[in-house]
Amino acid sequence: MRSGLLKIAASAAAGAVLALGLGNAIAAETPKRGGTLKFVIPAEPPSYDGHRETTFALVHPIAPFYSLLIRPNPDNPSDSSDFTCDLCTEMPKATDGGKKYTFKLKSGVTFHDGSPLTAADVKATYDKIIFPPADVSSARKAYFVMVDNVEAPDDLTVVFNLKYPSGAFIPALATPFNFIYQKAKLDQDMKWYEKNILGSGPFVFVEHQAGALFKGKRNDNFYVEGQPYLDGFEGIIAEKQSLRVQAIRGDRAAIEFRGFPPKSRDDLKAALGDDLTVQESDWNCVLIITPNHDVAPFNDVRARRALTLAVDRWGGSKYLSEIAIVKTVGGVAFPGHPLAATKAELEQIAGYWPDIAKSRAESKKLLQEAGVDLSKTYVLNNRGVDQPYTIVGTWLIDQWKQVGLNFEQRVQPTGPFYDTLRSKRDFSVSLDFNCQSVVNPLLDISKFLSNDISDSQYGGYIDRDVDDLFNKMNQEGDQAKQREYMRQFEKLTLDEHANNFITLWWYRIIPHRAYLKGWNISPSHYVNNDLANVWLDQ
Amino acid sequence: MYTYLVKRLLMVIPTLFGAAVLVFFLMRLIPGDICELKLAGSGAFFDQRSLDICRAELGLDDSALLQFGQWVGGWFVGDLGTSMWTGKPIGEEIALRFQVSLQIALMATLFSIVLSIPMGVLSAVYRNTWIDYVVRSLSIAGIAMPSFWLGILIILGILLTTQAWTGSPWMPPIHYVPIWVNPAENLAMLIWPALATGYRYSAVATRMTRSAMLDVLREDYVRTARSKGVMERVIVNRHALKNAMLPVITVIGIEFAFLMGGLVVTEQVFNLNGIGKLFVGAVGQSDYTMVQALVMLVAFIFVMTNLLVDLLYAWLDPRIRYS
Repeated sequence: MRSGLLKIAASAAAGAVLALGLGNAIAAETPKRGGTLKFVIPAEPPSYDGHRETTFALVHPIAPFYSLLIRPNPDNPSDSSDFTCDLCTEMPKATDGGKKYTFKLKSGVTFHDGSPLTAADVKATYDKIIFPPADVSSARKAYFVMVDNVEAPDDLTVVFNLKYPSGAFIPALATPFNFIYQKAKLDQDMKWYEKNILGSGPFVFVEHQAGALFKGKRNDNFYVEGQPYLDGFEGIIAEKQSLRVQAIRGDRAAIEFRGFPPKSRDDLKAALGDDLTVQESDWNCVLIITPNHDVAPFNDVRARRALTLAVDRWGGSKYLSEIAIVKTVGGVAFPGHPLAATKAELEQIAGYWPDIAKSRAESKKLLQEAGVDLSKTYVLNNRGVDQPYTIVGTWLIDQWKQVGLNFEQRVQPTGPFYDTLRSKRDFSVSLDFNCQSVVNPLLDISKFLSNDISDSQYGGYIDRDVDDLFNKMNQEGDQAKQREYMRQFEKLTLDEHANNFITLWWYRIIPHRAYLKGWNISPSHYVNNDLANVWLDQ
Repeated sequence: MYTYLVKRLLMVIPTLFGAAVLVFFLMRLIPGDICELKLAGSGAFFDQRSLDICRAELGLDDSALLQFGQWVGGWFVGDLGTSMWTGKPIGEEIALRFQVSLQIALMATLFSIVLSIPMGVLSAVYRNTWIDYVVRSLSIAGIAMPSFWLGILIILGILLTTQAWTGSPWMPPIHYVPIWVNPAENLAMLIWPALATGYRYSAVATRMTRSAMLDVLREDYVRTARSKGVMERVIVNRHALKNAMLPVITVIGIEFAFLMGGLVVTEQVFNLNGIGKLFVGAVGQSDYTMVQALVMLVAFIFVMTNLLVDLLYAWLDPRIRYS
């Protein structure tokens, strides 16, 4: 077990080195001050409130205005277990048997209106996130089920008391949406931050032109000496992907922080050569195959197992990664994380067997045993988004055809797609989506819990075995034991109970202008976007 | 004339009310709602509690009739409501985009008029000559080619040409600056979409001008003028063209109204923050209130443009009298 963990850690480190090879070289350069970074954003956020929203469209333009208590290390964001202080002075060690975390805050930090930022503001922020009033929406309330209360014994100390020790707490705390708000504003109106921006981050809000632009300027009172390097930034909203690609090519923008498909990377590289830098990383997003457990034939575990056994993930990875933003074969936990399955472990799970012929033979046998009608055409419900939904959907239909299963793809716009999943439920199988920010497998897998616990599980099943394992795992302090539980959870979910299945993990490709320095790719398009350490070599 | 005008203006009310009923109830037939989109669309977790709060905040729990009543009631106090997606006043959201769409529509219309009328006249006057063939080919190409596709070609063409000539690719600005703030930047951005849409627009108007001119040139009064020895240029410019303008103005008017809300894809291609882009975004986000307001705005523009065109008829042809 220990050697397995070491191997994983080594491979994660190697991945990080690869992803950051260029970044580290850049870090050795002396940052230049000045300039305005222009970047493109594919969508507009519904509001300015990070605690309420879930979209990257909020993080990209708004995160630079705010501070966090802790965050993934901006110099090493590829490492999913490297967290560092933003407002705190040092990462605390848990006390009281792993149930108490005490954070000391930097002194002299001010909000952009000049008022001091104290522990009371941090407490008010986390109280809003964890214990929101009845009429206030908090998208990440469930991340903090382990938290009993938050205290602010003095101006520079914040204490989180947990109900039980949890490895999920620190990653949850580092979520990039947890902007620190001013207590006075929250006292005045809990929803004040939906329409207003007032933070203590590296940039000060200048303007938002609806549908067009976010603008920020340097915070001269920022608490990190010398940062930010940029004079300001402009986040330009550009919904069409081809335009965002051309904007980088024509130097109307230096970067887009979400990610492009491989073809766009290749086109940009061909056009710009050395003027372009490409950073790539595994991505903490995955498409999930969700059979409908309420209707035949996929209410039968044998039929569901047949579905996953028919899919050649190892082979598909090679080809799909050339045309789509998917690549890595993995289980329920983010590949490369210490809690993720190794290749050898994956190969023990149905659908990951190295011999696809054997796997498909088993699939056919199960279909026959379950009495699945192969003359029927079943419905694969899919979302009308090209990358990677319809591409992966088309691939899956071909995979299932190999064992005699006929599917038609019903592609719908996002609204009707979710209506089908949540209300109509007239599908045989659907593609579904799990996309999280900070890599936190202990919580990220809650998507697979029974649907009376997880509101975003659309298979329609109740599986108490899986729920029990989840609870055990989240209340277990020892990582080796967590890992054991994770393997059992994975085996049950993907194989024995065949509740739903992982396709391929997404792969994040960020081609950007070579003059943009200091920014390092992370496994999430939500992470590392405060721009404090970004500079322009112009 | 004034009675006619008042009658026409009064007709606006039932027309807009009909459009309001249609758009309000049709939007609610689309499966799914904005709260599901907001909360589930990003793939992150969400709970039923957040969904319930969102629906209550937006009034989606209220009956459709109550929502309709509140919306229509708002018109009488000048309240268009707030966008369900951004929570901002709709009037504010539309005003931002309106100037972009208006400028594009005006530029494209100007380009179209400058191009289409001389070409249509030449084509008619020199019927079945090489001039006519060239004009007809250009206009058929303009009709056949979608303006957004032409837009993509224009952007690619600019990028490739500038890279070949200067070594580094240049593309038009992707963020709108008002013309009174920076005219050069403004025109550098808007000239291309105006050309792309104006070309298609001019193709329609050219064909209409040609066909109307051909009809007029066969009229008895033109023959009479010719027999009296009036110069051909005078016949064409003074007698034929003015009379041929009635259908052309109708086409130009309808196209102008269309441009104000219908440049959906072209606006995305050039990243124009206009009404069309707002429209398609609002439909995609199930932002009922915004879609309703935009449909009403476009319907109002169409009604008013039609009225203006009718009034222009009387100016062009004094025989036309409204009563």
